Amino acid sequence: MAKFRKKGKGALPAVSTASLPDIVFLLLIFFIVSSTMRETDLKVRYQTPFGTEIKKLEKKSLVSYIHIGRPADQKLGTAPRIQLNDAFATPDKIREFIASERQNMSEADRNKMSVSLKADGEIDMGIITDVKQELRKASALKVNYSTRKGTQKLIFENLR
Amino acid sequence: MAKRRLPEVNSGSMADIAFQLLIFFIITTTMDTDAGLFRKLPPMPENNEIEQQEVKDRNVFVVLVNKENQLLVENELVDIRDLRIRAKEFIENPNNDDNLPERIVTEIDYFGAIPITKFHVISLQNDRGTSYKTYLAVQNELTAAYNELRNELAMRKFKMAYDDFKGEEGEEDPRKTAIDEVYPLRISEAEPRNIGGN
Repeated sequence: MAKFRKKGKGALPAVSTASLPDIVFLLLIFFIVSSTMRETDLKVRYQTPFGTEIKKLEKKSLVSYIHIGRPADQKLGTAPRIQLNDAFATPDKIREFIASERQNMSEADRNKMSVSLKADGEIDMGIITDVKQELRKASALKVNYSTRKGTQKLIFENLR
Repeated sequence: MAKRRLPEVNSGSMADIAFQLLIFFIITTTMDTDAGLFRKLPPMPENNEIEQQEVKDRNVFVVLVNKENQLLVENELVDIRDLRIRAKEFIENPNNDDNLPERIVTEIDYFGAIPITKFHVISLQNDRGTSYKTYLAVQNELTAAYNELRNELAMRKFKMAYDDFKGEEGEEDPRKTAIDEVYPLRISEAEPRNIGGN
């Protein structure tokens, strides 16, 4: 009995916190590497629909983004708008946009270019159709309809 | 020479600084793994010439979506829940039905001579008033029909899931290409028209 008591009296050595900065730095580096700073300010609000048969976009440098949704600024009304880079645009500006995006790519990559359509699920197809037609005219034929990963059930529920 | 020892810099606050940086990055990071449905648009016809292709009626599967987001499949009002199964039946034509696409015996690697419905076309047409989510749901179901058929074939033939074929360095797995040849993705979107108002 006495033996045990003796042991209990001894002060516990403090856990060394010397390696804490190292651990934090490791986490920090992970986040720096995996983070993609948002390059454009979103002027439209959108929530992409759900999909099950989706594929990941590879090589982000080969992808141009077109955002379609209702303006984030309520004063601008609720009609769906297109955003290219940092500004609102009309469908006829898409050809210019695609051309300038192509310019920024290396020669070898130009035909691998794809366009990611990030559009809100609630908007009508009219504006999407216009965008698609413009993309065809600009011969940017690889299109990715951006979706969130969901289940079939979720898709059908979302339709109602 | 004065022998003065520099006091060591206290590194105790290092952790705090690192934490601050860490929190900044956690907040600003958007881990958006961008994903979606891939489609290839048809090239714009030159000189406004629209090529008329003769397609037999039995080879076409017409899907119309109106502005009320209802589906008309082969002149029948169909719920979107049934679209996948209908599409699968059409693409495969398992019973060699006369109303479903003709099966043509074709030579394909790994499979030899195999009857496939290589001239089938799924024709998708939507109204300008169709909601985008309905359109994508339809596209998703059609893609799912193809993927399910391909996966079933991959399981039967290679005992492997279709998604597990990983090609080497930018090249597709030849077995995957062969499966794609058996079930080629043939979805055609009609030139947009504005019917039924907006």
